[in-house]
Amino acid sequence: MFDKILIANRGEIACRVIKTARKMGIKTVAVYSDADKHALHVEMADEAVHIGPPQANQSYIVIDKIMGAIAQSGAQAVHPGYGFLSENPKFAMALEAAGVAFIGPPVKAIEAMGDKITSKKIAQEAGVSTVPGYMGLIEDAEEAVKISQQVGYPVMIKASAGGGGKGMRIAWNDTEAREGFQSSKNEAASSFGDDRIFIEKFVTQPRHIEIQVLCDAHGNGIYLNERECSIQRRNQKVVEEAPSPFLDKATRKAMGEQAVALAKAVGYASAGTVEFIVDGQRNFYFLEMNTRLQVEHPVTELITGVDLVEQMIRVANGEPLSITQDDVKINGWAIENRLYAEDPYRGFLPSIGRLTRYRPPAEGPLGDGIVRNDTGVFEGGEISMYYDPMIAKLCTWAPTREQAIEVMRNALDSFEVEGIGHNLPFVAAVMDHPKFMSGDMTTAFIAEEYPDGFQGVTLGGEQLRRVAAACAAMNRVAEIRRTRVSGRLDNHERRVGSDWAVALQGQSFDVTIAADHDGSTVRFADGEALRVEGDWTPGDSLARMVVDGDPLVLKVDKITQGFRIRTRGADLKVHVRTPRQAQLAALMPEKLPPDTSKLLLCPMPGLIVKINVAEGDAVQEGQPLCTVEAMKMENILRAERSGTVSKINAAAGDSLAVDDVIMEFE
Amino acid sequence: MKDILSELQDRRDNARLGGGQKRIDAQHAKGKLTARERIELLLDEGSFEEYDMFVAHRCTDFDMQDNRPYGDGVVTGWGTINGRMVYVFSQDFTVLGGSVSATHAQKICKIMDMAMQNGAPVIGLNDSGGARIQEGVDALAGYAEIFQRNIMASGVVPQISVIMGPCAGGAVYSPAMTDFIFMVRDSSYMFVTGPDVVKTVTNEHVTAEELGGASTHTRKSSVADGAFENDVEALAEVRRLVDFLPLNNREKPPVRPFFDDVDRIERSLDTLIPENANTPYDMKELIVKVADEGDFYEIQEDFARNIITGFIRLEGQSVGVVANQPMVLAGCLDIDSSRKAARFVRFCDAFEIPILTFVDVPGFLPGTAQEYGGVIKHGAKLLFAYGEATVPKVTVITRKAYGGAYDVMASKHLRGDLNYAWPTAEIAVMGAKGATEILYRSELADKDKIGARTKEYEDRFANPFVAAERGFIDEVIQPKSTRKRVARAFAMLRNKKLSNPWKKHDNIPL
Repeated sequence: MFDKILIANRGEIACRVIKTARKMGIKTVAVYSDADKHALHVEMADEAVHIGPPQANQSYIVIDKIMGAIAQSGAQAVHPGYGFLSENPKFAMALEAAGVAFIGPPVKAIEAMGDKITSKKIAQEAGVSTVPGYMGLIEDAEEAVKISQQVGYPVMIKASAGGGGKGMRIAWNDTEAREGFQSSKNEAASSFGDDRIFIEKFVTQPRHIEIQVLCDAHGNGIYLNERECSIQRRNQKVVEEAPSPFLDKATRKAMGEQAVALAKAVGYASAGTVEFIVDGQRNFYFLEMNTRLQVEHPVTELITGVDLVEQMIRVANGEPLSITQDDVKINGWAIENRLYAEDPYRGFLPSIGRLTRYRPPAEGPLGDGIVRNDTGVFEGGEISMYYDPMIAKLCTWAPTREQAIEVMRNALDSFEVEGIGHNLPFVAAVMDHPKFMSGDMTTAFIAEEYPDGFQGVTLGGEQLRRVAAACAAMNRVAEIRRTRVSGRLDNHERRVGSDWAVALQGQSFDVTIAADHDGSTVRFADGEALRVEGDWTPGDSLARMVVDGDPLVLKVDKITQGFRIRTRGADLKVHVRTPRQAQLAALMPEKLPPDTSKLLLCPMPGLIVKINVAEGDAVQEGQPLCTVEAMKMENILRAERSGTVSKINAAAGDSLAVDDVIMEFE
Repeated sequence: MKDILSELQDRRDNARLGGGQKRIDAQHAKGKLTARERIELLLDEGSFEEYDMFVAHRCTDFDMQDNRPYGDGVVTGWGTINGRMVYVFSQDFTVLGGSVSATHAQKICKIMDMAMQNGAPVIGLNDSGGARIQEGVDALAGYAEIFQRNIMASGVVPQISVIMGPCAGGAVYSPAMTDFIFMVRDSSYMFVTGPDVVKTVTNEHVTAEELGGASTHTRKSSVADGAFENDVEALAEVRRLVDFLPLNNREKPPVRPFFDDVDRIERSLDTLIPENANTPYDMKELIVKVADEGDFYEIQEDFARNIITGFIRLEGQSVGVVANQPMVLAGCLDIDSSRKAARFVRFCDAFEIPILTFVDVPGFLPGTAQEYGGVIKHGAKLLFAYGEATVPKVTVITRKAYGGAYDVMASKHLRGDLNYAWPTAEIAVMGAKGATEILYRSELADKDKIGARTKEYEDRFANPFVAAERGFIDEVIQPKSTRKRVARAFAMLRNKKLSNPWKKHDNIPL
């Protein structure tokens, strides 16, 4: 076995690989850019080598720099993680030339699967079901129309070198095929410098289901069941699970066997993933093969008990597989939610900055299942602009899908992330979405269910009452504590009453609290009574309550006369007042949010360093507008909302006073 | 007998109705509560003891003898806030517009005298049209009586003013002399001369809101210490503030049970200071992470944001915090921030509230605006306030502490009791670049040489150890253990006794 391996990656995946290597008694070498000097993967590794500036194209994906780090550290093998150099044949070749093992498939396999047209051809030859279509290169628009007619509409026109939705068009008729061909070709040429185009059948009601394969260098290959990754936002996977709620045994077996056949056809030896698109009738078609460890591999590990990273290392070390297809079982259900530093309330704009608070739920048993959290960040760390905005992969496992979802809900509720915008509320909303709960989803789920973006969650009736009851009980604890301040007038202390009015989400509940040693019974005006128990004390940012026997986890911030509560993707202000206070509060005028004027004012006296936009530009909320330097510090001013710049009154080099108008909006 | 009792009840009911239902409705329509409703929200339920309910004015000019409502436009008395005694007056806009007459002023003076004698704060809820014109000089005399008491009470019992409606002309000077002024957004304003007079005299066109609204006074003038959305929120937040304050200057600040770990380690503070010395960070994160339960009551949040002032608790006990804010103007001191912090420090010192200072200050803000504005004297206020303060003073330097600003920010030399520094601290006469440019002026032309000199200076002086070698820093501490170290420091100082030489009063550079 190797003594020392280098991980040519960063973030959570580097940490993930280090964990397994450590378990196997292998020393680890991390590489890091300037931006990652204090990153978690650097701290976890036995050694770390600096490889350059923050930009990935000057550090993590520069083969020479990685080779230099290998030479410097004496690592015998390299795990590439995903992304960066993981599917770069030149990197694999460079390693081969240097006599260093690549913890991944052979160069030949990477190359064969790296090109969409070649890989599809190989797949067809290996007997893998592929989407009907034309594999050859298409000359012109007329040929494209002819082929489209043969394949049958609707068709998908795709760039051979494409990815991420670029150079991709759907055509429902001849006109669209003609236009689509031309625009795909142009886009492909400009985006990838490769304008080869192919056409295939457009699959309706598509689901993204992929097969995990594992092969050794001795001709053995197995499949470790499937993962369903249909919940995607603009081709970025958000929620994954294993197994798929859609597949039956026969389909699973057929897909698995075809995937292994494909892997064997290219001499695959490592862990890999064969992606399929599956239609509403469980017809499945090969999409592509990823010749690396997938981001979402933990769900497979959770249901099979196989450590994929360990298997990759063993295969790279020349060991034959120690498990056979018969050993592979499906044990329970696993779900993964990807937490991104993307603000769902601001159109999923990436959010960068300091993690002032980062408290993931404890890994291990929770409720009916277990929690696993793969992460590469820590409280006080920085989410930088240079890399993928993923914060963590939160996974839960439980015997059934329903239980796994329920464990996930509670895990999400107790996951504290502050300082940056993040998609926790959004994934929490997905976990409660009836379509997701039923397992009836397609890759269009997010686009269809959240067409106008994410507006937050409105809690349903019973859940609202549970939150109201918990807040009433918590508020009582806080108020009683206030009465224990020193300097009281003896015998004239304040008595905290039992009647309260709880206002939240536009509703108000009159409740009566009867507290005892173990908790409180909160009685609503209509007679319903909820039992609230929990050890919350003032100042706790997380309240783990039990309401009527079921757990309720709330993120809590104190506000005037109540709390800001975040739970299940909802973000609400809860006011708990005495009946008289509530009566008087009802007299208060409702104030519209202040009309922040259509001006960008200079917030401090300073020097304009840079204006990032021009008159007439449409700007997105959060977009940098200009940089003001004050006291030698550069402050970036951002758009508070989307709009169009109508006038710019300042230029770089100008000295401005407070409240000087820098620019105006329409 | 029964009749007499019921007559009292009738008279009370009459008095409690103030200016009558119509005026009460009008008050509500303006989004404002009545004087009595406000008192209900301010005080513990059922704790209000009212005095002078039947006081009526004695004016006979302008047919005023025909209009003598009970209470005379102000409700006065005492009650408790979380069981602690406070005196309160609440002007009743529904009665003669809350205007101040001789008797109205007498009522206020009566409870102020009681507050002084019995050692409890005075909270004034202001909602008044001003002096009662019909009473002429009697009304003015009434104001002055209140002013004199404000002055005498200053530093003896805490005085809090909440502006919940108009407060104009001479009336502003009573709140102006209290410790804290809070305003309600959109329904309160304060000015010496109103928009009409302004227009006549200076030809400026300005609305009441622009001239003296909550936004003006919290951001521009610094007259107000905070503003709240409505009456309900304002009064709830005043209760919260009172929980931090001692009842008088002979009492220790209050302590209440707390649910936090005194030894709590905050690892994230180890990475609070950015790699690049010119990158700002949010000092509030440090304050909140050091405070019990993360509870911070900020004073003058919107004014001179380059310095932060407010109250936290450590081990349940109130502590005043002053901190430079690198996010705004790099945290430098200037006229406004010096004035803001100086007043806060003096309040804490007057009421025995210990002071915690977090320092990251690159110096004083340069410029003609500052010099012409008198930054010399204004900056000296903060220096003076820190130097004269005898309460426990604990200081933590997180990053820059340069030049005279280092001295000012509760340094060891100003009788700082415990002065800590993070390893990231740079305590020096100025930044490395500036210093080398002066020290090695002759080498300025040679970039390499001056670069080497700068590096040399940084290595030698841009750290806390030069100061620590001299004992100016008592200990260099780990950022993550700041809460524990600071809490232990104040625990050690609980019995601190220090007094200044006898003097009639000092002569702070006003």
